[in-house]
Amino acid sequence: MTAPAPPKGTGPLARREARLAWGLLFPTIAAVSLVVVLPLLAIFWISFKPVELADLRPPAPVVREDLRGGPEVAGDEATIRYRLRNSSPDVPITGVTLTDTLPAGLEVVDLDERCSLDGRALFCDLGDWEGGFRDQVRLPVIVSADFLDAGIGPADSEPEMTGRADNILTNFEFTTENFARVFDGSEFWNVLWVTIFYTIFGTLGALTLGLFAAMLLNHSFRGQGLLRGLFLFPYVAPIIAVAFTWIILFDPFSGSANALLVQMGVTDTPINFFGQRPYALIMVTVFAMWSYFPLSFLFILARMQAIDTDMYEAADMDGASPFQKFWYLSIPQLMGILAVLFLLRFIWTFNKFDDIFLLTGGNAGTRTLTVNVYEQAFAISNIGAGAAVAVVIFCCLLLFSFLFFRYINQEEGL
Amino acid sequence: MPDLGGGRCPPAFGLPPEYFRPNEGAGRVSALRYGYVTGPGIGVLWAFVIATTVAVVMSFVTGDAYRPALLGCLLLGGLAGLAVIAWRTPAALIALVTLISLALVLMQIVPPIVTGPTVGAGGAAAAGAAFGLCLIVPLLTILKDTALGALTRHEFEEAVIRFLMGFGYIFFTAIVLIPFYVMVMTSLKNQSELMANPLDFSIDLDKGWDLFSSYTELILEFNFGSYLWTSFYVSVLTVLITLLFAVPGAYAVARLRFQGRAAFSRSILLIYMVPMIVLALPIYIAFSVTGLRNTILGIVLIYPVTTIPVALYMLQGYFRGLPSEIEEAGLMDGLNRLQVIWKITLPLSLPAMASVSLYVFMIAWNEFLLAFMLLDDPSKFTLTRGIASLDSSEIPRQHLMAGSVIATVPIMVIFLGLERFMTKGLTAGSVKG
Repeated sequence: MTAPAPPKGTGPLARREARLAWGLLFPTIAAVSLVVVLPLLAIFWISFKPVELADLRPPAPVVREDLRGGPEVAGDEATIRYRLRNSSPDVPITGVTLTDTLPAGLEVVDLDERCSLDGRALFCDLGDWEGGFRDQVRLPVIVSADFLDAGIGPADSEPEMTGRADNILTNFEFTTENFARVFDGSEFWNVLWVTIFYTIFGTLGALTLGLFAAMLLNHSFRGQGLLRGLFLFPYVAPIIAVAFTWIILFDPFSGSANALLVQMGVTDTPINFFGQRPYALIMVTVFAMWSYFPLSFLFILARMQAIDTDMYEAADMDGASPFQKFWYLSIPQLMGILAVLFLLRFIWTFNKFDDIFLLTGGNAGTRTLTVNVYEQAFAISNIGAGAAVAVVIFCCLLLFSFLFFRYINQEEGL
Repeated sequence: MPDLGGGRCPPAFGLPPEYFRPNEGAGRVSALRYGYVTGPGIGVLWAFVIATTVAVVMSFVTGDAYRPALLGCLLLGGLAGLAVIAWRTPAALIALVTLISLALVLMQIVPPIVTGPTVGAGGAAAAGAAFGLCLIVPLLTILKDTALGALTRHEFEEAVIRFLMGFGYIFFTAIVLIPFYVMVMTSLKNQSELMANPLDFSIDLDKGWDLFSSYTELILEFNFGSYLWTSFYVSVLTVLITLLFAVPGAYAVARLRFQGRAAFSRSILLIYMVPMIVLALPIYIAFSVTGLRNTILGIVLIYPVTTIPVALYMLQGYFRGLPSEIEEAGLMDGLNRLQVIWKITLPLSLPAMASVSLYVFMIAWNEFLLAFMLLDDPSKFTLTRGIASLDSSEIPRQHLMAGSVIATVPIMVIFLGLERFMTKGLTAGSVKG
């Protein structure tokens, strides 16, 4: 008889539960890894490759077929012309072939030496093509009445082309040039500085505004619900709608804000808010504060309403003044949610792309890291460089997440 | 018997000593804390806030020139502040201040609001009366406990806080409403009217239905009706697919025990922090290669993946809060886990489902980046992509704004109708009392 001991390892029930859990999670894991993890790996892969936007369509042989000579009666001579080219200006294609079916009623007079004819089936072996290669294959033919009556052209049967090209995305050619380009010169540091300015001030501003708004609504009065709904508008409205509204509102020529400022004597000439150097960055930061204060407002208000009122009553008994109550009671109680919100909003503002892209397009000194990804990849068409910037962003993010998890470990709640 | 401290103040909670002596040193009250300084001071600040507000409102409503003037505000605000704490006869004060400011603005003698040459007597009178009323009525509340002499810290701070609250209400309402007001009003005007006077938002009601010409043009010529429909069904599909994935996942994370549960529930949030632009690039490449670019299918496939993590996170917070005893009772009665989810957990969490659906719907409806990058064919645009296509110099601005209104109004209506769910949903699971 052995002494009773607690069971070791996992029992069958626990194993069944774990299996069920993974079963339930599997669709999510699969979908997310397909769309998040795989692209992230792809980004790392691409960032080491010299890929341009044009390389996304793999190089392929292209053919255009037409019938030259305008045959009108049977016995006329004509030429079937295949115009061939390599779709890529610099990537070679090997083993190019062309197959086509000639329409009935065309008698081939002279066969190109690269081609062979089997019945109506034409086959040409065109060899290897350099990048940007162009060529023609001409087949002189004699037209018969059958062909003219049928009313079809040679182009009615699509010629097929095959060829092997080296795809830049899948080969093993690597380069660090993308990163060299990204870190090159003063531009990168400028972008980084803009990002940091935008992120820090956008975050702090949104939090401060949110705290202020939450204090306004932290006591019940008539119309409180309405005001709360109203304060959330900037967050709920589509970003593209409000961004365009801001552009129109602050337009230098026909914007109401400028007209108002001129009329009030604040400035003599209209200010180009989204197109001038110091203003543009300030304006996009203000826009970030405006459109994201509702989120922090919501969270802070929820936390405020959960604070025990006993404490305030006790403080009142002790004769604490309103500012003291705010500073020594409210702020310490809100510190947890403020810190978490700061980290969350910091990361989200750092990641923000749409706002700046819509407001200034990254011009006038507002190019942040995320806008730089788009600029490099699509404006300059250098996908590799864009991916390299994305990798830089991702590394920053890993750092933030590390801090985040270290912090929320101690923070109950999130 | 423990020593109770001999009647001295208990050394409580590490709060600074200042905390227990709020009115200590009344002898060295700062100069600000005398009623005859506080009153006029707050009066002047409030007058300036009101003058600016009235000037902006009048400008936006009439299109004429109004601007706040420092000297008038100093004079009227200071006097009003002093009068309020000295006399305390509300009715007489209200009448007096309103009349004085009406007269000053009408005659433009040290006016708190300077009017332009185009402003008629009616406009000036309205501005003056509005200024007077909005100055004195709130001021009576703000300064209701303020006496003429030395103030306690309490009275002083109460007055300052009430002033800040008043300012806050005006400030937040203004910054939220002005952009939306401009959006709606611009969409009702035409290009030449807009260029002539950017401040003139008055609309000519005689035009009748022609006012909405931008909207009819957008729907008839720019295909916005179909964009609206596309956006709607893409958003609904996104909500459905998201829930289909997130509910079982959230249940597993919230209830079932398995190795790596803690790590998993953390990494959900981590995924939500990966910037979309970083993912958009490979997605663009993959969609280009597979031919999913420029299809609604591709959009419907990609949107849910961006919303599943946050939906899962919100739902698991709610599921955790449900009492597990009910589910255990269900298990004892012979249901299996899936039946428990379907018959017990889901009916119990309908409010959470509503808020998550609303949030996901909002994300999908407002999504811009992916639609912008992946859709090129005008027949397949979503609303946000459609608005982006209006942003060109050939298309008048009121069309752009009308498009924005079309995109904003549905989400606002849905949101205002279900605001309670939304508020709960956004803060669900993250804020615990």
